Amino acid sequence: MSAADLITSPPAREPARHSNLTRVVIYGLLLLFAFVYLIPLVVMVMTSLKPLDEVTGGNMFALPHHLTFDPWVQAWGEARIGVSDTAGIAGYFWNSIKMVVPAVAISTMLGALNGYVLTKWRFPGHKLVFGMMLFACFIPFQSVIIPMAVILGYLGEIGNSLIDATGYAFGFGNPTVNLVIVHVIYGLGFTTLFFRNYYEAFPTELVKAAQIDGASFFQIFRRILLPNSTPIIIVTVIYQFTNIWNDFLFGSTFAAGDSSPMTVALNNLVNTSTGIVEYNVNMAAAIIAAGPTLFVYIVGGRYFVRGLMAGAVKG
Amino acid sequence: MAFLEINALRKRFGALEIIKGIDLTLEKGGFLVLVGPSGCGKSTLLNMIAGLESITSGEISIDGDVINDLHPSKRDIAMVFQSYALYPNMSVAQNMAFGMEMRGVPKPERDKAVADVAKTLQIEHLLNRRPSQLSGGQRQRVAMGRALVRQPRVFLFDEPLSNLDAKLRVDMRIEIKRLHHQTGTTIVYVTHDQIEAMTLATRIAVLKDGELQQVGSPYEIYNTPANLFVADFMGSPSMNLIEAKVSKTNGAASIVVDRPGAEPIVLPAPNSADATKLRDGGIVILGIRPEAVSDPESADRKSKNIATFASHVDLVEPAGSDTFVVTKIAGKEVTARMRADADVRPGQNVSFAFNLDKAVLFDPQTSRRV
Repeated sequence: MSAADLITSPPAREPARHSNLTRVVIYGLLLLFAFVYLIPLVVMVMTSLKPLDEVTGGNMFALPHHLTFDPWVQAWGEARIGVSDTAGIAGYFWNSIKMVVPAVAISTMLGALNGYVLTKWRFPGHKLVFGMMLFACFIPFQSVIIPMAVILGYLGEIGNSLIDATGYAFGFGNPTVNLVIVHVIYGLGFTTLFFRNYYEAFPTELVKAAQIDGASFFQIFRRILLPNSTPIIIVTVIYQFTNIWNDFLFGSTFAAGDSSPMTVALNNLVNTSTGIVEYNVNMAAAIIAAGPTLFVYIVGGRYFVRGLMAGAVKG
Repeated sequence: MAFLEINALRKRFGALEIIKGIDLTLEKGGFLVLVGPSGCGKSTLLNMIAGLESITSGEISIDGDVINDLHPSKRDIAMVFQSYALYPNMSVAQNMAFGMEMRGVPKPERDKAVADVAKTLQIEHLLNRRPSQLSGGQRQRVAMGRALVRQPRVFLFDEPLSNLDAKLRVDMRIEIKRLHHQTGTTIVYVTHDQIEAMTLATRIAVLKDGELQQVGSPYEIYNTPANLFVADFMGSPSMNLIEAKVSKTNGAASIVVDRPGAEPIVLPAPNSADATKLRDGGIVILGIRPEAVSDPESADRKSKNIATFASHVDLVEPAGSDTFVVTKIAGKEVTARMRADADVRPGQNVSFAFNLDKAVLFDPQTSRRV
């Protein structure tokens, strides 16, 4: 329902008799839950802005006496991550960006292409293929780690022989490339599901009209389907971005040391067993780690629900 | 050789045969309407001409070229879809130019062609709008413009007016007819609306269950339907079909309609029927259009074959321009079209005039016309 509909449509029913009391209860409950949800974030932000002695010596909920941005600077560029020599989480942050951007882009595009073929270019057995792709959504990640490691090992060997032959690995065996491959493969089930359901409701006559107009398979995809897929693209991007950015299991398994993604680095920073625990630096690092997903939600959030609903109900 | 030729065309989905061997031809500049009830295969047939459905067997050719295995874009056809199928992400002008763009026509040429067609269809002021900003009638025009702009050899229309409201539908029908006169293009048009078929076509093909029932001019289809299905399907209100008996004396045949509790009606055999095929005592179905049943004053004066009898009026439907009077003959409802100001009330006994020049006879066994 659009805003205009909301304005012009009459109230659905008479206001309740105790409307003021009801309202107080509703808003009270909403505020209470908002407070409960926000408290951890507030504590994180405040802790990250305090010097360490204030954190260890004072009240967790107290406002900072000496406002300082040092923990943020330290977390970004100076803190020691695990046993690595690199300072701060900056490098790992970029590792994650380098992994997440291509992985999201490739898995979204392939999902769109799959959805297009599964709805508009049906072939015998398309239902079986779609069923098997759906199956990918239900495979527990832990169960595929060893087979995946074997495959990535083969890719690494190809990389080594390429280096022998040409002096350049062409990305084979590169941990970031490996993570992109893993995330594309495991995201494909979901992205295909999203796009197939969206394109199922997409009018086939448009595809037929474009065929008569002389557009090729990919021209129809690029000129007709994709420009009309904004809601589902945003849903898929949010979903994939959040999942891939937050992934810890694959990151810690397939990318070691300096090529770890952000999540692994955060863990190494926070779980250090030597020295004092710098809570303020940890909190700053955690907020930095959560930043990009937050950003993607804020930018694309209003399409999220709309896109999830699209295709669920026809018309 | 006809411009569009369809020979022994068949379409099978698994064990189900949708199109059961159809032969059709259409001359250049003709307007062929495929009409029939839903599920008769008319849209499938159109999609086969367009190349959107594969052909199981048979042959389709345009201007002598067999197009069976050509991609839709190579057949030099354009199609107007029931839902219009305008690309929502493009402006009207882009929609119209898309086909030419895909064919690599340079931009100045495309712009000129779009401008020309937009002028013909009076949609120049809409060229920069998106389809979502157009009304139903405007979308319809744009959809036609998109088809026209490429100047294809054959136009295909798939129930293009069924999404419009009643008044707009009549307007657009006239528009399409005018367009056909102006441009002289060859058109194949699918509809389930027999009035659209009658008004637009130069040639009508009536389909039922994937089989061709009759092909002919609107006049032929209307006045000499080949079988009971065509008689019943075409025309509104539909043709009166009355069971009757043949009586032959000295070679001259007459038709007797028995009425329980009243005098039988004896009618001379219609001229359209082949008298030699009528058997004395045989049962036939008399088909007569409502407009050939009237009050004696407004009966066709040029007709030499009018029979008048009295019958009980069941129901009167004033339609403004005419009054439809329903009576029961031999247990069957018979609709007559009388003058608008005919003074007829239910329950009266009124004279009905049958114009047998316009009547046809069917064999109830084969349901074919005699």
